[in-house]
Amino acid sequence: MTAAKRQGILGREELVKIIETCQSIENKGLNPFLINVDDLVSVIRQYFPNWSDPEELCLDAEALNKIATVIKMQSEWIKQRATSLYRDPFLVEEKLRSLPIERIAEIFMEAWHPLVELEQITMGSLEAALRYWSELAPLDERWQRENLLMAEISPTSREELIRQGILLSETFTEELEKLWNELKTVAKNQKIKYWDFIGSKTYQETVRRAYLTSFLITYGYAALEINPLEEEIFLQPFEKPVLKENTPSFSFPISISFEEWNRWRQTRER
Amino acid sequence: MATNPGTLRRKAVYSLKIKRAVQLLFYRRHWEPGVKGWELRRRIGSDYPRVINLLNDYLDRLGLMVKTVFEEEANPPENPTLDQLDKARFYVALKETQSAGEQKLVGWRIDDLAGLAVSIGYVISQGGKASRKDVEDILREKLPGWRIDLNLNRYLRAGYLVEDENGQLFIGWRTRAEVDQRKFVDLLLGASESKPQEE
Repeated sequence: MTAAKRQGILGREELVKIIETCQSIENKGLNPFLINVDDLVSVIRQYFPNWSDPEELCLDAEALNKIATVIKMQSEWIKQRATSLYRDPFLVEEKLRSLPIERIAEIFMEAWHPLVELEQITMGSLEAALRYWSELAPLDERWQRENLLMAEISPTSREELIRQGILLSETFTEELEKLWNELKTVAKNQKIKYWDFIGSKTYQETVRRAYLTSFLITYGYAALEINPLEEEIFLQPFEKPVLKENTPSFSFPISISFEEWNRWRQTRER
Repeated sequence: MATNPGTLRRKAVYSLKIKRAVQLLFYRRHWEPGVKGWELRRRIGSDYPRVINLLNDYLDRLGLMVKTVFEEEANPPENPTLDQLDKARFYVALKETQSAGEQKLVGWRIDDLAGLAVSIGYVISQGGKASRKDVEDILREKLPGWRIDLNLNRYLRAGYLVEDENGQLFIGWRTRAEVDQRKFVDLLLGASESKPQEE
């Protein structure tokens, strides 16, 4: 075995060791200052000229990344000790072990402000519950439906959607244009809630509209506005298709499950 | 002296807003009790901090309070901005602390409560993160073995603690909302084995 090869094997072992040490500090919540970051960095620096293989470079990057995590932990460790909440863990642990449980409970109650919550049935909630019950399909039907839902997930094609009757056989562009015009009419130059646009009387139709809407967004006929704080999604139609050549595209998955559709339908009925 | 009609109208509006805030705060609408600031803004209006202050004054007379838990839990802002309030969660909690005799009122046995106190105290002492095994070990010293898992799972379910996939326990949302952690640790460190006699 050549010296360079031996050096390479040794270096890879060192990198794995560094990754494992940092990982164990991270997972076990140990004192991050147990690690001498300078030493680890000098080891990485020492072996770096030997790497040419992408796999070795990835290992090197991972080791650096783990060291960065430990440095972040060190910073948090210092911050935590600088706060007034910090007390010597050994003293607290000692007290927890030595005090009788009744005394610990008494102390806890002096710092405890339990939340207040009410539960009450109202005529409105009873009405809603009865409405739900009357619309609820019998168990055997629902189980059948669940069996259908359990089918393996795989990508679908336009032909398959036509065969299942989800898409019409008219040209795809015509369908898109029809939906785009509908969106423009409904939205009236404003944004509209995503579910209020794609939602339909049947689940099948809802899926069809969601599928076509995804193309409206991709082809620049409409924009999707996501409000993560309020968990709301809006659609904003454009008067003319907008070319997105210079804007980076990204995927945003939206679940159109049967349960989601049911929930939307119930909210609409209320 | 006649009251200005504008003042009367304003009072009526705020009275309505307070009622709406009470419904939002007292009744659970999601899996977690309480309500986010942005929900209050949507239902009550942008002056919801004022409505919450008015409600707080009223609840104070009943021994209750509106507790605000900010996202920046370690350093809660002294003068929060509207944005910080929007992201905060609001709860109604008991203002006064309980005496040991009253603990049955909140449905806890004393050893379950002590187990909770020990678990929370231990996690705080370890900088907010401790392994489940270590917490189990400290609980095992004073609680029968068969109850350790039962109790810890109860604390996790209620939201007092959170566990990650590596078996690490953290302080949960409920502890942040209900427990004055600083006071608890200070009381613990200053505690003697027997309760000091009240004067």
